[in-house]
Amino acid sequence: MAIADPRPATYAPRPREGLGELLARQGTGFWVVVVLLLAMPAIASPFWLVQIVAYAMILGMVALSLMFLGGYGGIVSLVQMTVAAFAAYLVAILGDSAITQISLKWPWWMAVPVAVFLATIFGTLSGALSVRTEGIYTIMITLAIASAFYYLCLQNYTIFNGFSGFNGVIPPVFLGVAWGENIPFYYLVLACAALAYWAVIYCARAPFGLALQGTRDNPRRMAALGFDVVAHRIAAYAFASVIAAFAGVLLVWYQRQVSPGTAGIGPVVDILIIAVVGGLSRPIGPFVGALVYVILRTFSLDLLTAAGLDGKRYQLVVGAGFLAIVLFSPDGLVGIWQRLRERHRRSREAKAAQMRIGGGGP
Amino acid sequence: MRKALMAAVAACGLLAASSAVQAQEKLKIGVMATLSGALTSGGEDGVRGLQLAAKQANNKIAGKDIEFIIAATDASPDSALRAARKLVEQDKVQIVIGPLSGSEGIAMRDYSKTVPNLVMVNGSSGALETTFINPSPNFFRFNSDGAQWMAGLGEYVLKDKGYKKLAVIAEDYSFPYTQVFGFALGYCKAGGQIAQRQWVPLGTKDFGSVIANIPDDVDAVFLGLGGGDAVNFLNQYSQTGGKAKFVGGSIMVDQTVLSSKGAAKRLLVGTPSSSGVADAWDDPKWVAFVKAYQDAFPADKRFASPSLFAANYYNAFNAVAKAMDKIGGDISDGGAKLRAELAKTELDAPNGRIKLDDNRHAIATTFITEVTELPNGELTNKFVKTVPDVPQTLGLSAEAFKAVGLPSRTNPDCKP
Repeated sequence: MAIADPRPATYAPRPREGLGELLARQGTGFWVVVVLLLAMPAIASPFWLVQIVAYAMILGMVALSLMFLGGYGGIVSLVQMTVAAFAAYLVAILGDSAITQISLKWPWWMAVPVAVFLATIFGTLSGALSVRTEGIYTIMITLAIASAFYYLCLQNYTIFNGFSGFNGVIPPVFLGVAWGENIPFYYLVLACAALAYWAVIYCARAPFGLALQGTRDNPRRMAALGFDVVAHRIAAYAFASVIAAFAGVLLVWYQRQVSPGTAGIGPVVDILIIAVVGGLSRPIGPFVGALVYVILRTFSLDLLTAAGLDGKRYQLVVGAGFLAIVLFSPDGLVGIWQRLRERHRRSREAKAAQMRIGGGGP
Repeated sequence: MRKALMAAVAACGLLAASSAVQAQEKLKIGVMATLSGALTSGGEDGVRGLQLAAKQANNKIAGKDIEFIIAATDASPDSALRAARKLVEQDKVQIVIGPLSGSEGIAMRDYSKTVPNLVMVNGSSGALETTFINPSPNFFRFNSDGAQWMAGLGEYVLKDKGYKKLAVIAEDYSFPYTQVFGFALGYCKAGGQIAQRQWVPLGTKDFGSVIANIPDDVDAVFLGLGGGDAVNFLNQYSQTGGKAKFVGGSIMVDQTVLSSKGAAKRLLVGTPSSSGVADAWDDPKWVAFVKAYQDAFPADKRFASPSLFAANYYNAFNAVAKAMDKIGGDISDGGAKLRAELAKTELDAPNGRIKLDDNRHAIATTFITEVTELPNGELTNKFVKTVPDVPQTLGLSAEAFKAVGLPSRTNPDCKP
């Protein structure tokens, strides 16, 4: 499944490129988005800041980990949301929550690294289990792991506290900043999302990422060249799991609680929808997809009632919106954007060519 | 194509803008209801209850026009939290009516503590812990909890029905725990036995193994299921040709199930149950309420008579309306006056008198009922008797009640 943008693979690797050079190569669009994101607290209401943009970035990080696996490794893994939910649960179990008989009350600087570490191990092991399969079989195995985890935390009361899960998980106060407040939390999420975004871009251009893309396009030839395909894929799982695990930590701080609903089959599939709707070809895709997803989820009910229709069909709007996107652009919203830009460029070139012809005439 | 798209976007924008302008003079009330998942039918009926109450109040509270902003949940605490935060932070409501389901209620107890200016009036959630453990000062519940709705049923089932040994099949979350807890307290004290408890996840589709596991030597099976789960269970049980007698939890024999399509619900005829409402109660206030409900909605868009959810949301609205009238609709003080007034509000509701205890939790009537078939084929809950003024501690002293512990899969133990 060669869905990722093939261009990085044809580039010569530029491992020595520094951050400065990387930034210098970006176009105006990139800087507009950066400024907009940094200035968001000044223009958006707290609700938009946290409930829409920050939440979209958290979901975007989880979907980014899927995009990395799917776009560069050709692996469609449904276990990414489960890794995030596992990390979220671990933060609640190891750290502090309102369920005092289970939570161990570790300080956050112990709970978070251990949670990320264990969730990464979990994600890597799931990867190791499913890595020898391809396509739909990978989806089946990872879906099985995801639903097994869902039912485990739904029915286990000694560790996961069953249906109710854990509430009262408060983000830490650190360096004199209460990270649960709207603006600090927004910047925390923004920083993590930017870091994850940069890490994926960097990794895709590093020798490891290029080799991974090689295993996606032609695993046999890569094996013949002496690359260990399985090891590369498991390593890709590990890398993606770190991103998903950090997203899980942010998720539990965002929700202030975690319950099986976070790890359910619905959210697991939603991540796939987000990644596909956004576009699996570029790391920005999952974030775009997540933003659209969150906005549709939040406002479709209001939209229906405002239009005088029956509000209880709100899921129809959500579904129809996604269907329309996938129908018009199989490579997601990012694909639409790319095609628009391409068309604009071509029409400009055509115009310029016409001008030249016209200028050259008598 | 692109022009049409732009026009559609512009139209949506205008719609949103115009509704925002109108909203400024109105009193906005946030509503949380389960509009997806296993309890969807209950959530929709809860909304109908609200609409009925609003209609009877001419869409006004304390002289102000009201506007409902409905947020959908799916009975999970996560969805409830997202819905509540959207209502409070985006729509800026100061009064929320909801949530509907047990574990949502527990999540809302903790959430409401973080928004002290909010006034949250429970929709229909019935977990014990919501108001019993660390109650929130701005969370009010004008309906009984799942244990209160079971008061008196245990004794009735044992003495009048003669069911000495039961098996339990119920959903695996806080509300059914509370129901089984309330039932078992009375039933076991009177000498009954619970031989087995099977807990199934909310939203279970396949009950095959659960049905196969029902022991042969029990007199009846206590069913603590709701909505889609209840209907699924009954369909599959009728396919196996089982002949067990049932005892119903409050939402098992509710109109959400009794009004469902298909023949499997007839298995429930003769099932004793208890709840906060009784469909066929002959009290004039209740009869008038049922009539108003039936007149307000076309027959295919409602149940044969209002469900427990409709009644609870109806009462929640009326409690808010009554308290707001008393204080002249003034919530500019962060809702302090409204909270003080709500705490002493007494309702003369269609389903009996309701007043609040010190935890802002209802002391209300429980109805013991039995499912019967009407001549026109509809199923209804025949009224058997009332248990008036049931407190949250079910008549035990506070210490004795605490000593029993909290509802869980195994508490209270009911072995001989």
